[in-house]
Amino acid sequence: MSEHKGIWVIAEKTSENTITGVTLELINAARRLSEKLNNEEVGALLLAGNNNIESLVKELSEAGAQKIYLVQNENLEQYSTELYVKAACEAIKQKNPSIVLIGATTTGRDIAPRISARLNTGLTADCTELDINEQGLLAATRPTFGGNLMATILCKVCRPQMATVRAKVLPKPEPDHSNVAQVERIDVELDPSEIKVKILECLNSCKAACKIEDAEIIVSGGRGIKNAEGFKILEELASTLGGAVAASRACVDAGWRGHCDQVGQTGKTVCPKVYIACGISGAIQHLAGMSSSDIIIAINKDPEAPIFQFATYGIVGDLFEIVPELTKAIKNSQLTCCC
Amino acid sequence: MKIVVCVKQVPDTADIKWTENNTMVREGIESIMNPFDEYAVETAVRIKEANPDTTITAITMGPAQAKDVLKRAIAMGADEAILISDKKFAGADTQATSRTLAAAIKNKIGDFDLILCGMFAIDGDTAQTGPSIAEHLGVAQATFAKEVQYSGGSSLIVKREVDEGIQKVEMTLPGVVCMLKCDYEPRKPSIKGTMKANKTQIGEYGLEDIGLNPEEVGIKGSPTYVSKAFRPEQREPGELIQADNARDAVAKLVEKLKKDKILA
Ligand SMILES: Cc1cc2nc3c(=O)[nH]c(=O)nc-3n(C[C@H](O)[C@H](O)[C@H](O)COP(=O)(O)OP(=O)(O)OC[C@H]3O[C@@H](n4cnc5c(N)ncnc54)[C@H](O)[C@@H]3O)c2cc1C
Ligand SMILES: Nc1ncnc2c1ncn2[C@@H]1O[C@H](COP(=O)(O)O)[C@@H](O)[C@H]1O
Repeated sequence: MSEHKGIWVIAEKTSENTITGVTLELINAARRLSEKLNNEEVGALLLAGNNNIESLVKELSEAGAQKIYLVQNENLEQYSTELYVKAACEAIKQKNPSIVLIGATTTGRDIAPRISARLNTGLTADCTELDINEQGLLAATRPTFGGNLMATILCKVCRPQMATVRAKVLPKPEPDHSNVAQVERIDVELDPSEIKVKILECLNSCKAACKIEDAEIIVSGGRGIKNAEGFKILEELASTLGGAVAASRACVDAGWRGHCDQVGQTGKTVCPKVYIACGISGAIQHLAGMSSSDIIIAINKDPEAPIFQFATYGIVGDLFEIVPELTKAIKNSQLTCCC
Repeated sequence: MKIVVCVKQVPDTADIKWTENNTMVREGIESIMNPFDEYAVETAVRIKEANPDTTITAITMGPAQAKDVLKRAIAMGADEAILISDKKFAGADTQATSRTLAAAIKNKIGDFDLILCGMFAIDGDTAQTGPSIAEHLGVAQATFAKEVQYSGGSSLIVKREVDEGIQKVEMTLPGVVCMLKCDYEPRKPSIKGTMKANKTQIGEYGLEDIGLNPEEVGIKGSPTYVSKAFRPEQREPGELIQADNARDAVAKLVEKLKKDKILA
C-alpha cells in the first residue's frame, strides 16, 4: 500500500473544451489534503483526443496541479464509458495514486463506479466534504437518506481511495499564474470496437442561460405557482436580478418546467448566494438540493410551511402579490444585484 | 428478450424520525420499493407488452422481508423473482452488493439481454450499483436513462438525461440500463397481478448457491466503511418579516438585502 502515493483528480472537459468547475474545485481540495499527507503530489489525469489541449493544461496548472498525467488518443475525442474507464484504469495502475477524486457530474458518476469495480476498490459517492483523518486516510463525507443523515466513509485497505464530489460545495481556487505543472504522457492502447454505446443525437435542452447550477441568484417556484404561465413573474424577477429560474419537483412532474431546472434529491444541487423559494413547501427532498445556499428567502402563504424553518428571511403572503412587488421595488430603486 | 430487473427495498425517506440522541429511528418506518426501481419495472413491462416473447426476472439482495418488493414487481408484470439472502451478505457496500448481484445473475439467471436498475436508491443514494454490476459482468451500460425503446434485434435506443441535456444513444446488448424517473408513471399492481404474485414461488439463494467466497461479500467484501454517521447541521431559522401588506414586506426585505450587500 505504501507504493500508492499522490492525490489525483480526473479532469472533466466541458463541451466548450474548458475544464469543468468541479475539477478545479477538486484540485484545490487535493492541495489542501496534500498538506496533511506530507505534501504528496497533486496530479490531474487528463484524457483527451488529438485536438488542442494547451488551454486545458493551463487551466489545470493554474488551479494548482503539480503534474498532469495525459492520455492522448484519437479514440478519446468523444466521451465513451468503455474507453474512458479503460484509459483511467490503465493510468491509475501504472502510477498508483493513493487517492482519486472525480466530479459528481453525470459523466463522473457514469465512469467512477466502473473504475472502482475494475480496480476492486472502494468509492464514496457524491461527497460534500473531504478530509484526511489521523491515520492518513481519506475521510469522505456525504449526505444519505435524502439528506437526512451525513456519513463519513473510509476505505481502509484497498487503493486508490476514490470519491465523487458534488460541484460547488468546495471552494474554487484563485488561479495561480505562476504554477506550471509538468506534463507526463501515458500511453494506453484503445480499441474503438470496444465501444458498445453510440451517441445518435444530442438535444441541448438546457441552454447555458438557464444553467441553474452556475447561477448566483436563483428564483425558484413550487406548486404554489399554479401553472406554467405562473413562472413568468419568476422570470421577470430573475432577469431583474441577473439570476436563473428553478423549480421544485412538483412543477417538473406537472410539466411546467423541464427536469434540468429541478432542484433537490432527484434534481440538481445548487449553492447560490441567494435562493428565493416561491410557493415551495420545503420538503426534505427539495432542501437536499438547496440548503447550503448562503441566503434563503421564502415566500409562502402558509405560515406553517417547513421552508420557514430554514429560510434566512421569510415573508408570509401571496406570491402573486409579493414577487411582482419585489421586481418593481428593485427596478424602481435602481438597485442592482452585487452577485 | 430476457430482462432482469434489480429492485431494492428502502425505507421511505419522507418518513424519517429522530431519537433524542440524534440517531435515526429505524423501527416503524415504512418500507417501499425504491421509487426509481418502479420505473425500471415499468420499463421492463412496457418492453414485454411490445415484445411478447420477453421474460422478466426481478432480483433483490436483502433480508427475507425484501420479498415484498419482489412480489410487487411480479404484481406489476414481472414473470418470476429471486431473493438473494444470506446472513453473510449483511453490511455490504456497493462494491460487495454489485459483486453479489452480478454473481447471482450469472449463476442463477444465466444469459440475459438486458438488466434494468434504478439510477439511485433513495437510502444509500450512491448510484453505483448499476454501473458496477455492468463492470462485473463485462457488459455495456447506459446511465441516467429516461426512456428505453426496443424494437427487436440486438440493440436498444436509450434516451439519457445528462448534465449537457438530452442524449439519444444506441446500446448493443447485452447491457445494463439505469433508470431515472420517466415521463410515464409506474403502474399500480392489479388485483390479478397481486393474486399471481401470491401464487408465484420465489427462489431463494444464499452464498453457496452463487459461487462467491465469504471474503467477497457482505462487510468482509466491502472496501468502504462508515466511520461516522451524524445528523446534518440544521440551518437556524431566520427572520420572519412582519408587515401589513406586500409593499411594506418587500421594502423591509430590500433593506435587509442591502445590509447583506446583495443589492446596492
Ligand atoms: C424519492 C423522492 C425524491 C424527490 N425528489 C425531489 C426533488 O429532487 N426536488 C423536489 O423539489 N422534490 C422532490 N420530491 C418531492 C417532495 O417530497 C415534495 O413533494 C415537493 O418538493 C413538493 O413541491 P412543492 O413545495 O412545490 O409543492 P407543495 O408541497 O404542494 O407546496 C406548495 C406550497 O405553495 C404554497 N402556496 C400555494 N399558493 C401560494 C401562493 N399563491 N402564494 C404563496 N404560496 C403559495 C403552499 O402554502 C405550499 O407550501 C421527491 C420525493 C420523493 C419521494
Ligand atoms: N440490494 C439490492 N438488491 C437489488 N438491487 C439493488 C440493491 N442495491 C441496489 N440495487 C439496484 O441498484 C440501483 C442503485 O442503487 P444505489 O447504487 O444503492 O444507489 C437501485 O435502484 C437498484 O436497482
